[in-house]
Amino acid sequence: MNTAAAPLEIQQDLAPPEPVPAEQDHYHARSTRVWHWVNLVALIALFMSGLMIFNAHPSLYWGEAGNRTEPGWLMIGARGETGFVRVGSVQITSTGVLGRWEDADGISRNRAFPYWATIPSDYNLADARHWHFFFAWIFAFGLLAFMVVSLFNGHLMREIAMRSHEWRPSTLWQTIVDHARLRFHTETGESYNPLQKLSYIAIIFVALPLMIVTGLAMSPAVDAALHFPSIMFGGRQSARSIHFIIAFALVAFLVVHVALVLIHKPLTLLRGMTIGARR
Amino acid sequence: MTEIAQPLESSLRLTRRALVGSLALGAGGLLTGCDALNANQRFRDTLRLAETGNMAVHRLMGGRSGLAREYSPRDIGHAFPANGTRMPDDPVYQREAATAFADWTLAIDGLVERPTRFALGQIRAMPRQTQITRHDCVEGWSAIGKWTGVNLSYLLDQVGLRDSARYLVFHCADTLRAGPYYESIDMVDARHPQSMIAWALNDALLPVGNGAPLRLRVERQLGYKHAKYVRRIEAVADYRLAYGGGGGYWEDAAGYEWYAGI
Repeated sequence: MNTAAAPLEIQQDLAPPEPVPAEQDHYHARSTRVWHWVNLVALIALFMSGLMIFNAHPSLYWGEAGNRTEPGWLMIGARGETGFVRVGSVQITSTGVLGRWEDADGISRNRAFPYWATIPSDYNLADARHWHFFFAWIFAFGLLAFMVVSLFNGHLMREIAMRSHEWRPSTLWQTIVDHARLRFHTETGESYNPLQKLSYIAIIFVALPLMIVTGLAMSPAVDAALHFPSIMFGGRQSARSIHFIIAFALVAFLVVHVALVLIHKPLTLLRGMTIGARR
Repeated sequence: MTEIAQPLESSLRLTRRALVGSLALGAGGLLTGCDALNANQRFRDTLRLAETGNMAVHRLMGGRSGLAREYSPRDIGHAFPANGTRMPDDPVYQREAATAFADWTLAIDGLVERPTRFALGQIRAMPRQTQITRHDCVEGWSAIGKWTGVNLSYLLDQVGLRDSARYLVFHCADTLRAGPYYESIDMVDARHPQSMIAWALNDALLPVGNGAPLRLRVERQLGYKHAKYVRRIEAVADYRLAYGGGGGYWEDAAGYEWYAGI
């Protein structure tokens, strides 16, 4: 080695050998960040006030009509001092949590969902409805705004849309295998892996819109104006059942979503969805 | 590399623990926070904006005459549940019930040209309207029944509404814990083709539990608007001046929405 070449070599050592493949970009546009958190607040308020509304008539039915003169497909109730959940003909004892539970003062209550899960915590159908319809407006117009903005700022096509090769069974299978090993990102140049994209598509374009349409289908005034929302689900009580099922599917999504953030890169991901700064 | 990774790892672990801890704390705080908000009058007033929005949008979509769906006789439930009052405890009502409401009258007064008291027989002799519709309770259940009665608009034309009449207040024979039952609707619903004063359910005279001898049907709203045991219809300029001001028993007693289209 001659002395002239030495400094050069040192410089090469200090500098990265080649541009490091950009660390996964967790930056989110302001519209996405605002919607994400507003939507979270709205969904929590809707879910908890919705549980209170359910408490007013804790049975679900299929078809147009359904009431206490017939058994529903799902019922939460109490018999004597035993709380139960019945699905079809299968009955599970749920004393303490569902059907019969103790309130904050230790008094036993016979109501479907317990005080810690509902808004307000004391039984009040009228107040729960006020919360529900107010946050329904925020939720519905927030979702609409997010969809429109995401279409125009490219978020939808750039990050969420599935590429044709991602539909290949081998690719999907590989993503599932990677998930099982808790390896979430392979170097594909995509922001999200195919499973992630599919779940975001399912939530944003299927589950959330279905909550709005099944909700509207339960309104006698909307039903009189537009018959299709209620009819397409097989009737008002079917729409109510589907509304309930999707609500719990959204809670399941929330649990998995938060768990994956926590075991992946909680700080980085949280920063990307809050202040939005690049790392 | 290892020097950087070490503190990062531990800080992440700390964050996870902190996050789980704050989640548990947050759940408790959320509850008390929501209950505190729920007790705040300004927040409650803000929530109630939704009612105005719902009514505006529903009226925009359905207009004056969007019709509630009607069903076939096959869809009629084997039993129509009775909710709220099952038997008014007013002794006068009970005496009238014992004589099959032979002396029942329906008064229509207030802002009308010819205040009139109709005998039950007169009401039943008026042109009949029949519809098989779905009754949706605020609690969440539904029941399909066949209603027969007199079109409300027809009835109003018998007495002649004055231009200043903007709402109808329905005075009822049943009294609940917080006072007498009543309801009110605006002229869009009063003049809606399916609105009626019903006297029969499923081809039989109205049972006491469902509001005998006369009840309101206002098909585009929830069940509590469908006043039972109607004795008197009063045309008014402002329903807020009647009773507790909310426009209905449950509106006053429990804070239900006056507009119950959803």
